[in-house]
Amino acid sequence: MISVLDRKLLRDLRRIWAQVLAIAMVLACGVAVLVLANGAQLTLTETRDSWYDHSRFADVFATATRAPLSLTDRIAEIDGMAQVEARISDFVILDMPGMAAPAMGRVVSLPEAGEPVLNIPLVRVGRLPDPTRADEVAVSERFALAHDLAPGRSFHAILNGQRRELTVTGWMLSPEFIYAIGPGTLIPDDGRFGILWMGHDGAAAAFDMEGAFDEVSLRLTPGASVPAVVRALDDLLDPYGGTGAHGRDRQMSHAFLQSELDQLSAMAVVLPPVFFIVSAFLVNMVIGRLIALERQQIGLLKAVGYSTPQIAGHYLKLSIGIGVVGLLIGWALGAFFAGRIAGLYAQYFSFPYLVYVPSPGAFVLSGSLAVATVVLGALRAVWASVRLSPAVAMSPPAPPKYSRGMADRIGALLRLKQTTMMILRSLIRWPGRAAITVFGVAASVSVLVASFFSFDAMDAMVDDAFYQSNRAGLTLMLSQTRSPRVVEDARSLPGALQVEGVFAAPVRLTHGPHEKFLQLQAQPEGAELLRVLGPGGGEVPMPPAGVVMPAAMAEDLGLRAGDMVSVEFLVPPRETHLLQITAVTFQALGQSLHMNETALFDLLRQGPQVNMLNLLIDDAALPDLYAQIKTTPAVSGVMLWNEMRKQFVDEIQRNLWTMVLIYSILGILITVGVVYNAARIQLSERSHELASLRVLGFTKAQVAYVLVAELMFLSLVAVPIGWWLGYLFAAATAEGFSTDIVTLPLIVTRTTYGGATAIVLVAALASALLVKRRLDRIDIVTALKQKE
Amino acid sequence: MDAVAAQKAVFRTEGVTKVYGTGAGAVQALRGVDLTLYEGEMVVLLGASGSGKSTLLNILGALDTPTAGRVFFREQELTRASDRELTAFRRDHVGFVFQFYNLVPSLTARENVALVTEIAKNPMRPEEALERAGLKHRMDHFPAEMSGGEQQRVAIARAIAKRPEVLLCDEPTGALDSKTGVTVLEALTDINRELGTATAIITHNVGIQKIAHRVVFLADGRVAKVIENETRIAPSEVTW
Repeated sequence: MISVLDRKLLRDLRRIWAQVLAIAMVLACGVAVLVLANGAQLTLTETRDSWYDHSRFADVFATATRAPLSLTDRIAEIDGMAQVEARISDFVILDMPGMAAPAMGRVVSLPEAGEPVLNIPLVRVGRLPDPTRADEVAVSERFALAHDLAPGRSFHAILNGQRRELTVTGWMLSPEFIYAIGPGTLIPDDGRFGILWMGHDGAAAAFDMEGAFDEVSLRLTPGASVPAVVRALDDLLDPYGGTGAHGRDRQMSHAFLQSELDQLSAMAVVLPPVFFIVSAFLVNMVIGRLIALERQQIGLLKAVGYSTPQIAGHYLKLSIGIGVVGLLIGWALGAFFAGRIAGLYAQYFSFPYLVYVPSPGAFVLSGSLAVATVVLGALRAVWASVRLSPAVAMSPPAPPKYSRGMADRIGALLRLKQTTMMILRSLIRWPGRAAITVFGVAASVSVLVASFFSFDAMDAMVDDAFYQSNRAGLTLMLSQTRSPRVVEDARSLPGALQVEGVFAAPVRLTHGPHEKFLQLQAQPEGAELLRVLGPGGGEVPMPPAGVVMPAAMAEDLGLRAGDMVSVEFLVPPRETHLLQITAVTFQALGQSLHMNETALFDLLRQGPQVNMLNLLIDDAALPDLYAQIKTTPAVSGVMLWNEMRKQFVDEIQRNLWTMVLIYSILGILITVGVVYNAARIQLSERSHELASLRVLGFTKAQVAYVLVAELMFLSLVAVPIGWWLGYLFAAATAEGFSTDIVTLPLIVTRTTYGGATAIVLVAALASALLVKRRLDRIDIVTALKQKE
Repeated sequence: MDAVAAQKAVFRTEGVTKVYGTGAGAVQALRGVDLTLYEGEMVVLLGASGSGKSTLLNILGALDTPTAGRVFFREQELTRASDRELTAFRRDHVGFVFQFYNLVPSLTARENVALVTEIAKNPMRPEEALERAGLKHRMDHFPAEMSGGEQQRVAIARAIAKRPEVLLCDEPTGALDSKTGVTVLEALTDINRELGTATAIITHNVGIQKIAHRVVFLADGRVAKVIENETRIAPSEVTW
């Protein structure tokens, strides 16, 4: 049997449903984000971990130029080693049927005998290639789907300069290539990049690697130290052109997946508190008002013998009621979107299965947080009122105390109208409530600024990576290092308007305990296709000696311009040099060190060399150029910047409006929650006063001015605060999102500030006008008769 | 009146003083009130505005505490009781009726009464209380759907539903027209007679005094005089 007091509670909730809903939606956003982020995180983590486990995903990875297979015995002796598997792996150019542009593939060899013991690929369709047959390959599932490569079909590859026909035996998924991207790219492009599993003998013959390997994976015993194994492995591989062993953290696919998980964690930590704090303030405002209105009922309850805890409990239950509405909506939304997100991830990540696992922890956590939020929000108001003695509570509250002061001086100075004075006095009389309104509106502006910032950052990144610093149409990777004469040869390629040679070498930077592996690029004087830019966007002149380094990397290493850094070249002659950092640069995509070309080759005591070619091309000649690339043995890889540019922009555009819509809804919900409630409370408190104005002959519009203008004034005050908060959020986002591969530039455009402002102000005005309709309908006589 | 005088005292006050505010703005509402109320009697408290009637009633009902003096409910000294004990006292022994009814607008008549019966020790059913107050036919109406007299009778039903020993009524007819006022007074006298509930009624309507056993005149925070009515009249005979 439901008690009478609870029945009152339900009726109260129903009576103020619009306000309850406005708060509940804000709370629901916080809950939904928490459930969504946690659910997605749990889903990805559990799926990943279980697959890693089943497929025996390695713990340590390393590459070398060419190491003898016998070395694996010594690797197996490293302390903490469980299993080792060596293989041959290289990038190749593919000529796919029906595709003019060349595609790229990464050939991965299978063991000489038996099945792989580490990073075991999952056969989805067909079978693994016959180890004895050099013309058979299994391909990654997405690549197969993109090219309709049913088992038995074939395509061509340029293997070590030779064009060969390869026949597909099956489709595979691998824990190493959950996120599979080609060199120089960020987003998987199923049509242009694929993995090819090939029998060992075939790969060894194709790449001239008989009795040798260039990649090795290690699985460690539980509790073994990854850094120790990495050091030991580095020592063994050094003589064979080892480029630095590493744990899972630098394994490309794992790193991308981890970065996604980190972003989900950041989302779960940063966003929900904003919504929870705003909700707590709203509950405080609304329950506070409700209690003020029910002051006499509280007195009565006390008079008839209800105890203080019983009455306090009643109002806390009311606030919990609001919390429960928000929680249920939030849970439903969170679970719904978490279910959908599995599908979204399936666009980018290749898992054998991806089933949404609801995270009970997230439901419990969000539930506790939501209840704590509303209870904390209500506590102060409840406490203040239930303390009153019954006789005091039952007498009407003293009229609000206005006093002459600042408002009057301002009013006199500005010759303000009396209605404006009413606004001014109300702001000064209830500064706390004004502050809550300002804070809430500022929070929604900041959420919008921080959300729209990601589009600004993407734009800036694309502009930097594809237009400002990298102006090449395509880059050709050469299969071998060559003399600069190759640049002259390349000028005769079809459609080549401009050709620049590049030399890049892998290096290891060390500074104190910090260590980084990256490419050092030789920058020729006057290079136009690849420019090195500073954090401000201007070109950084190459110093005659020393290196320039990306600012983000310098920060990671604890270095500044002017400092010395130890640079170990991982290519022959494998020397270590102490070089000065002469300037820092900004690079949105990838992180490389740059050095004056002449200085570099002087340092290495070598003549100039080239291992990549940047080309500016005439689009009309592309088909001819593509055809030529597919048959040029010297080219081992190609990066089609024009295509990547297009793919990147398409990718952003594809989700742009959906994301703008979702973020706008979040921002609008906060604004509506705050402004609508503030307006309703104003209306309830001041209906007597406002009705009096009507009696005196003010028009509806003039009376509405008092209500609407105050809220719009507060909203305007909130806007710059929201900009500032939003900028802080954006900075945190940029920091959290940036990795060794991507650096998100901290650029917030005027469009973002303007858009966020416009959305919030329109939502605020609409909320205030919604309440104005109630004001218009107020019956003057009834309002005047009200006791309060 | 001997029958009444021989009965036990329900309330006894000794030198009760009440001062609101401090310093220059201090208002002395009661200046040493000594008064006794007996079991089963009906007392009318008369006095001008500001004479201290409501303050005295609030103190008797433990809605407020005196600045000085002592208040006894039977043997219990209310002026020494804790907040918890006062809550229990209000819950178990006193019924209140206020000038502006003080009903919970979101509850029906029946529910407003149930508000009390749910926490009382030995209550009557809400329906019975409403029937005694003459409101059998309006039980499921909300306050906004009832007239002032009906609302006040809901308040009376709510006050008597717990079978209190004392009923404290602060201007119960103050907001009502004479015809409706009479029905409310009838409800009060009926309950006093049938249940023997000691009843104190504050009013500034001199005509009402004749329905009481005793009339206490308050002036300027003191008991000015006490009159015992030799003969009482029925509420319907009251002239307004």
